[in-house]
Amino acid sequence: MRKIDLETITENIREMILEAACVLEENVWEKIREAIKKEESPLGRNVLEKINENAELAKIKNMPLCQDTGMAIVFLEIGSEVIFQGDLEEAVNEGVRRAYAQGYLRKSVVRHPLERTNTGDNTPAVLHTKIVPGDKIKISLATKGAGSENVSFVKILSPGEGEDGIKKTVLEAVLSAGGKPCPPLVIGVGIGGTLEKAALLAKEALLRDIEDEAEHPLDRKLEKELLEAINKTGIGPMGFGGIVSALAVKVNSYPCHIASLPVAVNFQCHAARHRSRVI
Amino acid sequence: MKKIKLPFTESEILDLKSGEGLLLSGVIYTARDAAHKRMLEDLERGNPLPFQLEDSVIYYVGPTPAKPGEAIGSAGPTTSQRMDRYAMVLMELGAKISIGKGDRSLEFREKLKECRGLYLSAIGGAGALISQSIKTCELIAYPELGPEAVYRLEVEDFPAIVAYDLWGGDIFASGRLLYRK
Ligand code: SF4
Repeated sequence: MRKIDLETITENIREMILEAACVLEENVWEKIREAIKKEESPLGRNVLEKINENAELAKIKNMPLCQDTGMAIVFLEIGSEVIFQGDLEEAVNEGVRRAYAQGYLRKSVVRHPLERTNTGDNTPAVLHTKIVPGDKIKISLATKGAGSENVSFVKILSPGEGEDGIKKTVLEAVLSAGGKPCPPLVIGVGIGGTLEKAALLAKEALLRDIEDEAEHPLDRKLEKELLEAINKTGIGPMGFGGIVSALAVKVNSYPCHIASLPVAVNFQCHAARHRSRVI
Repeated sequence: MKKIKLPFTESEILDLKSGEGLLLSGVIYTARDAAHKRMLEDLERGNPLPFQLEDSVIYYVGPTPAKPGEAIGSAGPTTSQRMDRYAMVLMELGAKISIGKGDRSLEFREKLKECRGLYLSAIGGAGALISQSIKTCELIAYPELGPEAVYRLEVEDFPAIVAYDLWGGDIFASGRLLYRK
């Protein structure tokens, strides 16, 4: 058994949020630089150059990349040989509280969806936990803005709609979202499972390294073909037209019922603020 | 990039074409969802609005808090379409220029045409960069709304792109058409 102090989790979360808010992940940044070279539209290229400049400035000035510093979504994979004492959820929220206060990040969470009073400290986080073998804790987090989350959804297709149905669903969503979710995008697609599982798969897909490929050959094929199709829509950076509409498509899948084909589409804007750590 | 000294003149509005890059200098006002809702409630109650709508430029933004010594934190645009329902009312009263990101509803666009207004897009997710063009930031209404309050901003060479012009030009539609494969 390994004892982990909850303060360690709090502090790791604080650090990860602060870093994610101000420093664009290197692999995403590299994709932006590549996109500048690829983009055919002069206006689109200009937008990408500004995104690159913004990332440089944010890093130097230790300032948030985007004013929407999001809601904190935290995934904890907790080894079954780990023990801790106290309130885990509160430890996570305390990390969020500290980061948003210290980093001058925007507090964007309201207490009730209809009543809408700001909680003032950006808590609570959305927390997902999983018990896994081992004596470590893996923390993965995303601070996700609403612009891209607002155009995301889950839809349950019929099995007969198959691969084409999934492609059609994703493409229609990308076309109707246009410039709203701040393209170039990363698209997380969850297929299979159930209503909530598909949504979770899509979110987890976004947490993958932007450079990696899905394990299953069918998912990999979807990733490649969807990326090509999305970049043919013409949407381009900020929706002003161009050939770089998405930087990557990530597909995660899971077994599902004989009668259903759930598909979730989670949009991620170019300000992809993700971090993960193992403690 | 065309330099514009705010407020826009009638002839400048006539001249601008969708896709054109602008650098705005002068005063703009911030308002997003909650502030728009409050402004409409104030109108209903016959209360004065935080700023004069005529000749105004409204920027859809909720900035991050300013660090000590800075005028403002990161301050990029938010998605405009959420504001359409409110903007329709404000346009009737003279607020015909707004800055945000993304396309807008058909109803909004009809109204914009009728009011001879412009819709500009800033670069979403470039909040740090955009903040450099904001020289002062003064809270003028609804302080309890925090980042959603109304601020008066003095800007210098604030970068924006003409999204919808007076002549039916639409950068989202024309851009997509041009690069669709
Ligand atoms: S969609 Fe992303 S980049 Fe755009 S404003 Fe929201 S958080 Fe920022």
